[in-house]
Amino acid sequence: MAIKQLSIFVENKAGKIVEVTELLAKNNIDLRALSIADTQDYGILRTIVDDTEKAKSVLEENGSVYKVTEVIGVEIPDVPGGMSKVMRILSDNGVNIEYVYAFISRSKEFAYVVMRVRDNEKAEKILTDNGINLVDENEISDI
Amino acid sequence: MERYFNKDIETASRETMQALQNERLAATVKRVYDNVEYYRNKMDDLGLTPDDIKTTDDLKKLPFLSKDDLRDAYPFGLLATDMKNCVRIQSTSGTTGRRVVAFYTQNDIDLWDECCARALTAAGADANDVVQVSYGYGLFTGGMGLNGGSHKVGCLTLPMSSGNTDRQIQFMTDLGATVLCCTPSYASYLGECVEEKGVKDQLKLKAGIFGAEAWTEEMRRDIEKKLGLKAFDIYGLTEISGPGVAFECSEQTGMHINEDHFIAEIINPETGEVLPEGEKGELVFTSISKEAFPLLRYRTRDICVLSRKKCSCGRTLIKMAKPMGRSDDMLIVKGVNVFPSQIEMVLLNKGLTSNYQIVVDRVGSSDKLEVLVEMTPEIFSDTVNAISEKEQEIIEALKSVLGIYAKVRIVEPKSIVRSEGKAVRVIDKRHLY
Repeated sequence: MAIKQLSIFVENKAGKIVEVTELLAKNNIDLRALSIADTQDYGILRTIVDDTEKAKSVLEENGSVYKVTEVIGVEIPDVPGGMSKVMRILSDNGVNIEYVYAFISRSKEFAYVVMRVRDNEKAEKILTDNGINLVDENEISDI
Repeated sequence: MERYFNKDIETASRETMQALQNERLAATVKRVYDNVEYYRNKMDDLGLTPDDIKTTDDLKKLPFLSKDDLRDAYPFGLLATDMKNCVRIQSTSGTTGRRVVAFYTQNDIDLWDECCARALTAAGADANDVVQVSYGYGLFTGGMGLNGGSHKVGCLTLPMSSGNTDRQIQFMTDLGATVLCCTPSYASYLGECVEEKGVKDQLKLKAGIFGAEAWTEEMRRDIEKKLGLKAFDIYGLTEISGPGVAFECSEQTGMHINEDHFIAEIINPETGEVLPEGEKGELVFTSISKEAFPLLRYRTRDICVLSRKKCSCGRTLIKMAKPMGRSDDMLIVKGVNVFPSQIEMVLLNKGLTSNYQIVVDRVGSSDKLEVLVEMTPEIFSDTVNAISEKEQEIIEALKSVLGIYAKVRIVEPKSIVRSEGKAVRVIDKRHLY
């Protein structure tokens, strides 16, 4: 069920993010979700794209440093408390979240949450056991 | 089977070499006393005549010569022969002050070429080889020296000079270069480009002769891996002749000094006292065969160790350890001596590239040391924590080697400017000079 996320190294300098997004745009790669972690010196641009393999070869050719990480995606109702419910379940079951970001869908009544945890399988099982819908890569691509 | 370019000299007994050195030293001292006012005045001041210098043991009676002395004597002050006998000059880059100009007669060039020929032969080259010389040509001694040596050995010589990396790699593959000569930082860059182009399997390189800047064992292994060759160190300086003053053999444990032309001493840089073999100090050279520009007791500012331990290659020439770096390269940060080579060793051990930059600044009255390194896939992670941990490891390792804190700043791959000649490792913003 895991979703492939690209993490790309960007220096913390003016114009560096747009360099990456333009590179992907030029190659017709669509960004489905995106978040940035930043420090004083650099940032990590995390993104889920419609064609990971193609994005990899584009980044490779550009000489970018990147990494593919498996993350989990869940679907939650886009209502107050929707996010909280998921967090509560994970917390009660001792699952630590390394990072998380969320986005909403244009066409559906859902929000989507992308999470990075230590043990994907364990987290996935806990979530499904508690009635949370997981989304896979294809579903994310179709949003 | 070890090959020598000049077996009699390279494997001569200590007695034979000592006798040759004594004879050449005495002749050189007499000649400079007669021909060069500078030396005559210095020796007269000390009450010395050429007769006082008969053997290498007498060397210590003579005064030292510093780079500043050479600059003061610019351009003709130390010329020991008629200008009509000279056929060429070479010059230092002059980045640290006024240029030094060295003069050569045809004999001087021949002996320099032979020194480089010995280096090439020790690296395994013979007339069947194709030598790509990617040192700069011109006033810089690197290109001209290895070019001459390669001719002497009878190799096909590609006088590429530095720069135009695509063309370098094209000639390297199309003409099947077997020996590459350039600075270690350029070799490393060429290695990166070869990897990028995916042409490593088209290379025929077997040996590389890399010098003119300080480099570490870690960098040697990195270059050897990237270019698929055995990397040999070479040492030299324009003031003494150029590359080939000393060269490495297959043992790769230090460089044999061409003692028939250059006498080496190690001194305490503070007191000038001559130190016994095996002790670390400043390297001092006396050139004993040169006609145009012989130097007596020239202080190189290189810190190293000499050794007469028996070498497996059969050469009896004394060996010098790889200098830690010219004292010109040495930085004093917060009162601590810092050599770029120490930083390079740590970075390569931690999975970073040999392309780095050291920035020193002064904020208020306190020095700040910052090391810029390029992000690599080995260091990168999708979480800031994991990267910070690696960063912290590098900071700790630097601290244990240098004794002071250095900030590490990770920058984008390939964003630190590549050098085609000597790498610019240090940016000192303190304006202390």
